Amino acid sequence: MKAAVVVFPGSNCDRDCKVAIERSTGADVTMVWHGETVLPAGLDLIVLPGGFSYGDYLRCGAMAALSPVMSEVRAAAIRGVAVAGICNGFQILCEAGLLPGALLRNAGLKYVCKPVKLEVTNLQTRFTAAFGSRREATMTVGNGEGNYFADDATLDRLEGEGRIVFRYRDNPNGSARSIAGIVNDKGNVLGMMPHPDRAFEGELGSSDGALLFQSVMASA
Amino acid sequence: MTMKATVHVFLKPGVLDVQGKAVESALYGLGWSGAANVRVGRVIEFDIDAADRATADAEVRAMCDKLLANPVIEGYRVDVA
Repeated sequence: MKAAVVVFPGSNCDRDCKVAIERSTGADVTMVWHGETVLPAGLDLIVLPGGFSYGDYLRCGAMAALSPVMSEVRAAAIRGVAVAGICNGFQILCEAGLLPGALLRNAGLKYVCKPVKLEVTNLQTRFTAAFGSRREATMTVGNGEGNYFADDATLDRLEGEGRIVFRYRDNPNGSARSIAGIVNDKGNVLGMMPHPDRAFEGELGSSDGALLFQSVMASA
Repeated sequence: MTMKATVHVFLKPGVLDVQGKAVESALYGLGWSGAANVRVGRVIEFDIDAADRATADAEVRAMCDKLLANPVIEGYRVDVA
C-alpha cells in the first residue's frame, strides 16, 4: 500500500500518522507539504492529520482547506482514493466541502483529551472492514472543537445512508447524534475526531486504530 | 474607488454559541443580571477597491460565502462605506 500524509503549517500529528500507518500496515508513507501541487502517483490512502493548521485562524481548518495541495486531494477523492481526515483533518475536510457539516466549539467549552469508547456503527466501510464483527473500539480524542454539527436533514441523510461510521458511547463534546466519524456519499472519504494514530499498538492503551489502517490496506 | 468593508460574522440562531453562554454567565456573575442572549462573533475589516458600492457589496458577499463565513454554521452582515 502507498500512503501520503499531508503536512500543513501547524500540523502536529503528521509524524504520528506516518508511524501508525507504517507499523499497522507496512505501507510506504510519504510526507507531502501543503504547498505541493502534485501528489505521489499510485496512492491508496491520503491522511490529513491532526494539529492546528494555520493556528486555527478564522475557523479550524478554514485556511488549510484552501492550501494548494487540497485541489489535488479533492481530485484524488473524486477518483476514489481513500482520504482520511483525523481531528484537524476532519475539520479541514468539512471546510473543504468534501464532507458535510462543521465542527463547533465543544459544548462544555473545554479542550477534551482522553481515551473514549466508540461504537463502530458501520462495519462495511473501507475504513472499518477489518473490525470484523467488533462493534466497540477505544481511541483518544484531543480537541477543543470536536462538536459535530449539521442540520437535521443532513443528519437524517447520514444516518439513513449508513454514513455515520463511529459514535461516542459517552458523548464528550455535544456532537449531534453522538457522531465521532462520518464518510462521504461514495464511502471513500472519512472524517473522525478520535485518533487512530494514537491507538495503533497495545503500549498506547489501544491498538484499535491499527484496524482502521488495515481496513484501508485490505481494500487497496 | 476605495471603500471600507466591515463584515460581522455570527453563529446562526439555533447553533449553540458556548462562548456567548460563558460570557453571559460571567456578566451575570458580575451583577449584570439584565444581560441575556449574548452572542460572540467576529468582525473583519478591510479596504476594497471597486467601481461602485453595489459591486463592492456583491464582492464582499462572495468572499463571505467562500471564506469569511462558514454557511453551515454562520451568518454574516456586510457594511460597505
